[in-house]
Order: sequence, then C-alpha cells, then structure tokens
Amino acid sequence: MADIVLPTKALAVNPLKVSQPIGASLAFLGLARAMPLEHGARGCTSFNKLFFMRHFHDPIALQTTAMDQTTTVLGADDHVLEALDTICTKNQPAVIGLISTGLSETQGADIPRTVAAFRAACPHHDGVAVIPVSAADTLGCLETGFAAAVEAIVGALVPAEAAARRPGQINVLASAMLTPGDGEAIRDWIGAFGLSPIILPDLADSLDGHLIEDGFATLTYGGTPPEAIQAMGQSVATLVIGPSLDRAADLLAARTGIPDHRFLGLLGLDACDAFTATLTGLSGRPVPPALERKRAQLQDAMVDCQFQVGGARVALAADADLLACLTRFLAGMGAEVVAAVASTRAGHLADLPIESVVIGDLEDLEWLAREQGAELLVTNSHGADIARRLGAALLRAGFPIYDSHGAHARTWVGYGGSRQLLFDLANLLAGHYQEIRPYRSRFRQGSPRDDESARFRPC
Amino acid sequence: MNAEEILALMTEPACAHNDKAKSGCARPQPGATQGGCCFDGARNALLPIADAAHIVHGPIGCAGSSWDNRGTRSSGSETYRIGMTTDLGEMDVILGRGEKRLLQGIAQAVEAYRPAAVFVYNTCVPALQGDDIEAVARVAAERHGVPVVPVDCAGFYGNKNLGNRLAGEVVYRQVIGSREPDPVPEAARLPGIVTHDVNLIGEWNVGGEFWSVAPLFDELGLRILCTFSGDSRFREVQTMHRARANMVVCSKAMLHVARKLKEDYGTPFFEGSFYGIQDTSQAFRDFARVLGDADLTRRTEALIIREEARVGAVLAPLRRRLAGKRVLIFTGGYKSWSVVSAAQDLGMVVVATGTEKSTEEDKARITALMGLDAVMISDNDQTALIEAFHRLKADVLIAGDRYIYPTLKSRLPFLDIDHVRNIGYAGYDGMIELARNLDRVIHSPVWEQIRRRPVWAQAAA
Repeated sequence: MADIVLPTKALAVNPLKVSQPIGASLAFLGLARAMPLEHGARGCTSFNKLFFMRHFHDPIALQTTAMDQTTTVLGADDHVLEALDTICTKNQPAVIGLISTGLSETQGADIPRTVAAFRAACPHHDGVAVIPVSAADTLGCLETGFAAAVEAIVGALVPAEAAARRPGQINVLASAMLTPGDGEAIRDWIGAFGLSPIILPDLADSLDGHLIEDGFATLTYGGTPPEAIQAMGQSVATLVIGPSLDRAADLLAARTGIPDHRFLGLLGLDACDAFTATLTGLSGRPVPPALERKRAQLQDAMVDCQFQVGGARVALAADADLLACLTRFLAGMGAEVVAAVASTRAGHLADLPIESVVIGDLEDLEWLAREQGAELLVTNSHGADIARRLGAALLRAGFPIYDSHGAHARTWVGYGGSRQLLFDLANLLAGHYQEIRPYRSRFRQGSPRDDESARFRPC
Repeated sequence: MNAEEILALMTEPACAHNDKAKSGCARPQPGATQGGCCFDGARNALLPIADAAHIVHGPIGCAGSSWDNRGTRSSGSETYRIGMTTDLGEMDVILGRGEKRLLQGIAQAVEAYRPAAVFVYNTCVPALQGDDIEAVARVAAERHGVPVVPVDCAGFYGNKNLGNRLAGEVVYRQVIGSREPDPVPEAARLPGIVTHDVNLIGEWNVGGEFWSVAPLFDELGLRILCTFSGDSRFREVQTMHRARANMVVCSKAMLHVARKLKEDYGTPFFEGSFYGIQDTSQAFRDFARVLGDADLTRRTEALIIREEARVGAVLAPLRRRLAGKRVLIFTGGYKSWSVVSAAQDLGMVVVATGTEKSTEEDKARITALMGLDAVMISDNDQTALIEAFHRLKADVLIAGDRYIYPTLKSRLPFLDIDHVRNIGYAGYDGMIELARNLDRVIHSPVWEQIRRRPVWAQAAA
C-alpha cells in the first residue's frame, strides 16, 4: 500500500501535468466528425493544437472561442454563440465539444446555459450535438479532463431509456492512457471472440495516422460515430479500461442498466488473462488458439527478460492510470519501482505495491531518481534531458511524446504489447548496463598502455 | 600439431588424475556431445590479449558465428575485438590458395590495425589441406616486423579444454621469455614494502571482473607481470617467465604453463579461484605463503579482515534471503568446485554439481566441500539436467549459457555464469553481485505467474 505524498513546493519545475482542457479535447478527437471547441483565450488552443500535432504527427481539429480583454470582463457568451454558429456553418460537424478552461471557469461562465441559448437562437443547427464539459485547468490533469469529457458524452448522447439488447455488442470505455495502437489491439482482441465493440472514444479510428482520399480535413478523420454512442444502451456489457473512467462508467450503468466489467489496465499477463476470461464469459466461446499462442509468447518473453528486467531500478512519472499499470507490470517482473510520480491524485494510487507515490513534477522525478540510483526512467519526452543528466535510460510513455515517431501507433496492451514492452525494457537496460570500471595498476605507468586509446584507430 | 604433441597435452603430468591407470581426457560420444572444439578453446584462451590481431584461418563457419562473442574486457586496446578470418571459399580450397590468402590477410590486418602481434588460428579445412601456417607466419613476421604466432588448433584435434592447453603450449614455446619486464616504476613503489612480480594464469577478466580484485594486488605490492590472458598485452605475455609466483586460476586448462615455468625458471605456483569470499582470501594467503614474505603475510591478513568485514556487512541481508535455498551447479571444470564454495559462503545448499569437464582432483575438492554424499552429474544432457533439478528439489540452476534456454523453457530459475556474460562475479565485490543476482532470479515474481494456468484452462480441466 502506497503513501500518497502531496506537493509542498511553491513551484512546479519541469511540469509533468498537462491540463484538463487538453484531455477533454483529446476525448472529442476520438469521435467521428467532431470539433473540440475550447472556451478560453486563443493561446490555450494554439498550444494544445501544437501539442497534439507534435505527438500524433497529424493535423488536429481544435477551435477556440478566443476570449479577449472585453469579453473576459463583460462576459464571453456571445463569443461562444458565434464560435458554435461559425463551426456549424463552416465545418458541418456531427459533434462539438464545448470545453471550458481556467479562464472561462474563473470568469464564471455557465456553458450549459450558453448551449441552451445557442439551441434557442439557432434551431437550424439542431443536427449538431453540442456537448459542454467543465474542464478547468486549475484542477486535475489530462487524464481527468479526458474522463470528464467521456462522462459528458455519455450524459449527452446515450438515451436514458430501456432498449432491446443486441447480442454480441459490447461497449468499451477507453481511458486516456490507451494509444490508437492500443485501440486497434483491443478491437481485434474483442473481435476474436465474435463480439463487436463500440469503443468510446475511438482514437484508433481518428488519430491512428492514415491518409484519406480528400487529403486534409478540418474535422476528425474518424472516431466513434454519434449513432454508435446512441446505441450503447443496446449492448450486452460494458468493459471499462482505466479507473479514471469510473464516474463515466457509473453514469453509463445507471442510465442503461448494462452490467460492466472494470479493468485497471491491460498490461501484463494477469491483466490480459482477466480481460480474456471476461471475453470468454461474454461470448461463450473458447479462447482462440491464436490468442493462446500470443499468451505463450508473452510467458516466454517474461522468462527470457526476467534477469535483465528483474531488480532493475525504475523511476516512473505519468498520469495515474498509466502510472498504476506500469507500476504493477514492472513489479510483476521483479523490477523495483524506486520512484513513482503522478501528476494528480487518484484514489487507486494508494493500492499500488510500492512505498509511496509522489504527486508532483519531473523535478521530483529527477531528485528521487538520482537519490534512488534509478537505471531507467519511464515518462514523456520531457524526460530526455533528465535521463541524460542522470545517465539513465528512458522509455517514453504518456503525453507528450514529441521527439520520436510512432508513439501513437505503439501497442502497449495485450499479450503482444506487453511482450514488446518487455523486449524494449530489456534492451534499454542492457544498453545502459554499468559494467565494472576498468582499473589500471600503478605498476603499469610509463608502459605503452598509457597511450593505448590513441593507438587503437584503424589507419 | 602432430599426434604425439596432442597426446602429451592430454596426459599432462601435473594433473593429479593422470598418474592412474586410466588416464587422459575422455573421448566425446558422437550424437550426445555438447561443447566446443579445440579451435574454440584455443582462441578463447588467447583472444583476451587485447592489442593483438586474431585471425581465424578457415572458411566462414569457424569465425562467422563466433566472433565478438566473449565477455572478456580490455582497459584500453580493443584490437582483439575486431573479427578477422580468411573466409576461405571453394576456389581457395580447390586451387590451394589458402596459404596465399593467409599471407595477404596478415598483411591487411597489420596495415589496417597495427597490432602488437598477430595470432593465426588454424581450423579444420586448412589443416586437412595441409596449409603450412608456420611457414606463412615466419614469412609474414619477417616481412612486417611484427610477431606472428601460428596456433595449430583444428577443431577435430579435440575438445575445448584441449584447445586451451594447446594455446598455452604455443604461447609458452613462442612468446613467453622473449622480452624482459620493464623495471618497477619508482613512483609505483610503496615505502617500506617489497614489490613482488606475479602472474595470474587462466584469468579471463570476464565482464571486467578482475578489476574488482586488481586494486588489492596493488595495495599489497604485488605487481602483476601478466594476467594470462584477460586484459593482457602481448609484451606482457612475453615477460611471464620473470614472475616470482604464479597462480593458476582456471584450474587444469593452463596448468602445464605453470608447470613448465616451474621446471624451467623455478617459479612456484598454486591453484586457486576468485569466486567466493573464502577462495579470494585463500588466494591472497597463498601468494604470501609462496613468496615467503612475513611482512606480506601480515599485511595480507589485515587486508582479508578488512575486506571480509566490509563485504559481510553488505551480504548480511542477502544471506538471510538466500539461506537454505537449494542450488544445482552445472558449470564444469574448475568452476564446479569454486562456485560450490561461493554458494556455500552464502548459506545455500548445493544439491549437486556438474563434473562434465572436471578432473579427478576437481572431484576430490567437491567431495571435500560437499561431503561424501555429493551428487555429481557427469552427463551433460540437458534433459537429464532438468530432471535432476526436479528430483533434487533445487531452487536455482547456476550454469553456462548453453543451459539458459532449456532451463528457462522449463520455467526454472537460472543464473548464467558463462564466459560471455558482462557481469563480474570475482573477488569480494563480485560475491555481492553474485548474491544480488541469485536473490533476484530466485525471488523473481515471474515464476509464479508463468506456472499458473489461466482461469479458462482451469475451468476446462
């Protein structure tokens, strides 16, 4: 059981945390024909758009209400109405996510009321779903903003009435820790049992990085269609991946009465087995041989990598869902998680099998990792300089990853993803193994050994 | 190598087991043999001479899959790590161009890398063809002004151990004694302490492990003329005849080198090991004893007390975690007893040890350490080994890298102690590393996970 150590510093140095609006926007980027609209100053959206572009290597649909001095003081509701009308007219989206920011929240903006005003003023845009989400960046982090948006989407689009069940249809609520690559793997995993999933949100369909006939599009390139979300009440079960989505899951269950199965994550043998067992139960089908084979491959990799990964001193920093998954996975391999830093508090962090979790920043990670002699850091791209300073290896995970390609395409989940992660961990650790330092006897001074390094060079 | 020379190496008189009726090294059984050949052993023995070029004369089969595959470390020159082979092709064989190719190959190596010396390893095909590598070496040495040492070690001559000995023989005949040592640098002398010159024979500096031990030699005023051959230089090997004491680290393989140094130069020698605390301490005691220096003996005892206390404090918590754990050791040769001693140091129960490459004397030492009931496994069959693991209720297998994957596939904890590892286990600090790694593999949470069957399989059963 882990102690949760809360920050006492005045300054966040090398921040780990990313804002709630960015997380809420990301959730909307997993809906089809969607446009997230951040209600704040233009700068928020400009930064956020660039943040996503560098991570996903894709154009990003993201707009702003562009609050200015006057509207900040006198009220920005008109900006919201104008923005909604403009987007509806210009881009014809199916969904607009209206996301508040620290600025609009502090100002006291009542965005549900503004949406009602928009509905009254613009009935010709009734076909466009507008979903308000409160996502002040004075609270939470990317993961919680994402979860708030998923909850708002469920609240706005899933009808609160009993519906006939469609056999084989499964809901999946997917947390912010899951990459588009993960989404694809989860879809295949469920599909292998003859079940058809509705994944909310479906980043695998929108931000997987694929070219389309039309070239550039101003809206999302794919994602969960609103009609599918409306049909979620007809599913036979809901699979919830990531404890950050508990509230969204509670709402979906309350609204539809559909039983749900909750998973902390899908990383590592035990977590994968739990998911597979659930799918066998739901489908009534045996585990397909191909999946058994993947499982056996993961077991083999666990055995092969246990020496390299076992005992490794690892320092982690991430949002809570990802941090918890990685911590359990590494502990299961016998690695020592010597530092765990989460961007914000989450109840489940206290259940982790380590001594403490620090709620903090990457400076905390650096100090802890140095103090504990960590060999490997697992965090976002901001960890690169820290790893260099510490002489440690770095595995990039979380948001943002801006200095390498394919972060969005990487599959972490499942038997295959866990196996690849083991290989990567073992390789990183092997590449950074500190061998015994060469020793030169003082009796050798003055011998040709003194200038050997100069001598060894192909002529 | 002619048949008599090989026979002489196989019946080394310094080996205690060769004074009995049944003498010599065992013949391999076709269809049930594991382990390397004579070439493998010879090259392994000499490759750590870091500033030399090592050319494998033969088709690609010999060097292609085996170069850059050894854990020995150098503190400077890396010439030894450049893989070189004459890569004989069909036309070379048919037209008999092997010698010419070797001569050109030596020229290329010398021009490109300026090695301190060139070792040429003969292999099966050119040996069968009758390439005269001695003649080629003579011509090349004259032409380039660099020592070229031919090592006639075709794989079919015998096993790896024979290759080790053969390499020692070649070096003894052609290299040792060809240069006098440098004078002891004045700045290196410690006031009031006599400096003694010593050699270590059969220490390979795997994973740099000897660097954990080397500072203690400096502290005691023991100048290592040559570590044959880990992190050594050609010019140091040349001076080995001037040492006042030799320690044979890797037991039998290089024993004849020490024996000949004793016969020809009167240098006393002893056998020992740097694996385990007791063995490490014993090695330093033996140096003091053989050198007959009372002051050295006194300083050695003080050093041992200090080091054992230091390491003992670090090991205490690890000893508690390892106490009573059952270990099956399958390392062969000298390690069959030196690792037994190391494991016992840690309070572990050694349930059996492999004696595939061990001599009668090795076995006698095992009996002394483990008692008369010691289980010795001479069969090197991997299936039999895994059966023994289960039968003896072992917790971990310590063995060479050949056994890693059969063991891991059987879901059993394993610790690699082969020559290709990059982790050092020698000396006092090596013992800490060994204990840590044993603790890590034995207590890995992975074993429990991979032995458990998934719920759907349990339901079906």
